[in-house]
Amino acid sequence: MEANSVIGTVNKKGQKIVDPEYLFFEAPRQQYFMTGSEVVREAIRRASVDISVAYPITPQSEAAAMVGDLYVEGYVGDYFRGESEFAVMSQCAGASFGGARVFTTTSGPGTLRAYENFPMWAGSRLPILINVMVRGINSPLNIQPDTLELGMILDTGMLIWHAETAQELFDYLLKGYIVAEEPDVHLPIAVVIDGFFVSHTKDMVMIPSADLALTPYNPYRSPVPCMDMEVPPVRMMRDPFVMKSNYISYATHASWQQEIRAAIERSRKHTIRLIGGLIEEENSDADILIVSSGTAVAQGREAIRLLAEEGIRVGIVKVKTLRPFPHEEIRQATKNAKLIFVPEFNVVGWMAREIKAVIPDNHRVIEGPHVAGGMTLPPEVIVEEIKKVLAGKKEVVHG
Amino acid sequence: MRKRVNIRMSGLGGQGVVTSAHVLATAASKEGKHAISNPFFGAEKRMAPAESYVRIAGERIYDRGELVYPDVIMVFHPQVITLGKCYTMPFYSGIKAGGILIINSDEPIPLSDDDLGFLEKQNVPIFTVAATTLAVETAGTELATNMGMLGALMGATRIVAMDAMEAALQDRFGKKYVASGGTATLDEAIKKKFAKKEQLLAKNMETIRKGFDLGAAWAETIKTPMLV
Repeated sequence: MEANSVIGTVNKKGQKIVDPEYLFFEAPRQQYFMTGSEVVREAIRRASVDISVAYPITPQSEAAAMVGDLYVEGYVGDYFRGESEFAVMSQCAGASFGGARVFTTTSGPGTLRAYENFPMWAGSRLPILINVMVRGINSPLNIQPDTLELGMILDTGMLIWHAETAQELFDYLLKGYIVAEEPDVHLPIAVVIDGFFVSHTKDMVMIPSADLALTPYNPYRSPVPCMDMEVPPVRMMRDPFVMKSNYISYATHASWQQEIRAAIERSRKHTIRLIGGLIEEENSDADILIVSSGTAVAQGREAIRLLAEEGIRVGIVKVKTLRPFPHEEIRQATKNAKLIFVPEFNVVGWMAREIKAVIPDNHRVIEGPHVAGGMTLPPEVIVEEIKKVLAGKKEVVHG
Repeated sequence: MRKRVNIRMSGLGGQGVVTSAHVLATAASKEGKHAISNPFFGAEKRMAPAESYVRIAGERIYDRGELVYPDVIMVFHPQVITLGKCYTMPFYSGIKAGGILIINSDEPIPLSDDDLGFLEKQNVPIFTVAATTLAVETAGTELATNMGMLGALMGATRIVAMDAMEAALQDRFGKKYVASGGTATLDEAIKKKFAKKEQLLAKNMETIRKGFDLGAAWAETIKTPMLV
């Protein structure tokens, strides 16, 4: 069955299945003012999701509950609450093995509790979409946004897209399925937002009609057989290589891990087509650049306005996809920059590390400003940091 | 209008601080302005500090999260000041020059000479409004305190028009609304107070209008009112 064959048909909820590109780029959209949680509900309403498993943890609980409403209304095929995040992600795996389109959400400590499943999803080539709404994970307990957990999931083998706004959240949730389910990709995808700053913030968003729905998942396009325990690679779960400890078991594991990374890279062409590039640039010819992802970019945009009023020109490079990481794009966009500031909502500065690892002359990178534990990052703080560095430029850059 | 108006609402859990921010931002967006609202709280419980923030502008707003430099600070409960139930100390920290403070209290709250001196230097007048008393007298419930506060803000600054506010209230209370457990419980409590949704909306609007009148009267007494 080709996915195309269902285009133009009507699903059991009465929604018309349309070509994804029509839904993304052509279908008329109406303006709404809503929270990020409500945006999740509206995206999933149109996403032809077969099953969603939920577990409560702030700040994703509202969105998870609203997906439950969609099940009651008949927009989502099945929905239940798992016993813990570990159980939820395992149940998601089961559903995806069985050929279902799966949606789930988590946050902070939940992400970490679920963690073991993420590389398992990737290794099993399950195109599950998880909406991660980041929050503090460390003790003392914290429910506010902090991107530390995002730094920890970078190399799980999932695709990772970081939305800046409610609008991007809506679009990434739908487009994410299409990219993740491509036969040459077929990997889980984390669509990440900063908890509260996006999930609980009311913002303007353009949404197409609820009478339209995404083409359903076609499990027969999977590069690996669904739920077939006799055929590699899934067979390795029933008859695991780990029991053999011979050269071929190591070689299989290593080559399969390489294949997952290669699949992440192969997602580029689909991603670029659907979300318009892995990075977004504004005045990137400026001597001073801000490079980051998510809300840190939003705060950077305000800082740029404040600095422009003082005659200081600063550009911005937004990293939209953390995996695949846009190495070459970032190298090109920053090639003329003399100073590269990386504001972040976490204590360690993992984004600065990522950028430093891929650009030449990385002494140009100023790690910060950082806030952590859910503190806000006022644009004024970014302005202050940039001015401080400019004032003592030689000392800081070469020191 | 000012290029950007930043409003910080400090109150206690259960007072409708978060709802106020969302309703105000919705009203502003209905007028075609750019607006963003978001809450800030710890574990949800009544009487614990809760804050919310509204940013309104004629241009696209990117800034989000806790509002550090507000033009307007609305204090929904005297304990925000007297018991320090506030995310920022002092409660007026970060207020911009020429801003205003709107404090819900039956009597002006005594502030130290240092506080008063700072606010005077910053040209920040204090508007004390008995919003809870107004809510009880008008709507028959202290749960309408937030409506009194919104009205007071609108009267003092004209930040949004009355019909936009009415439309925003329709959005919030006129249809099914999914919120967190605590908010849902309070929604149920307030809906039980009124036989019909229309009655709830009418009483809320009446509280807002009376708050507006108090705000407008106060603005008359100020040399340079912050009309936006």
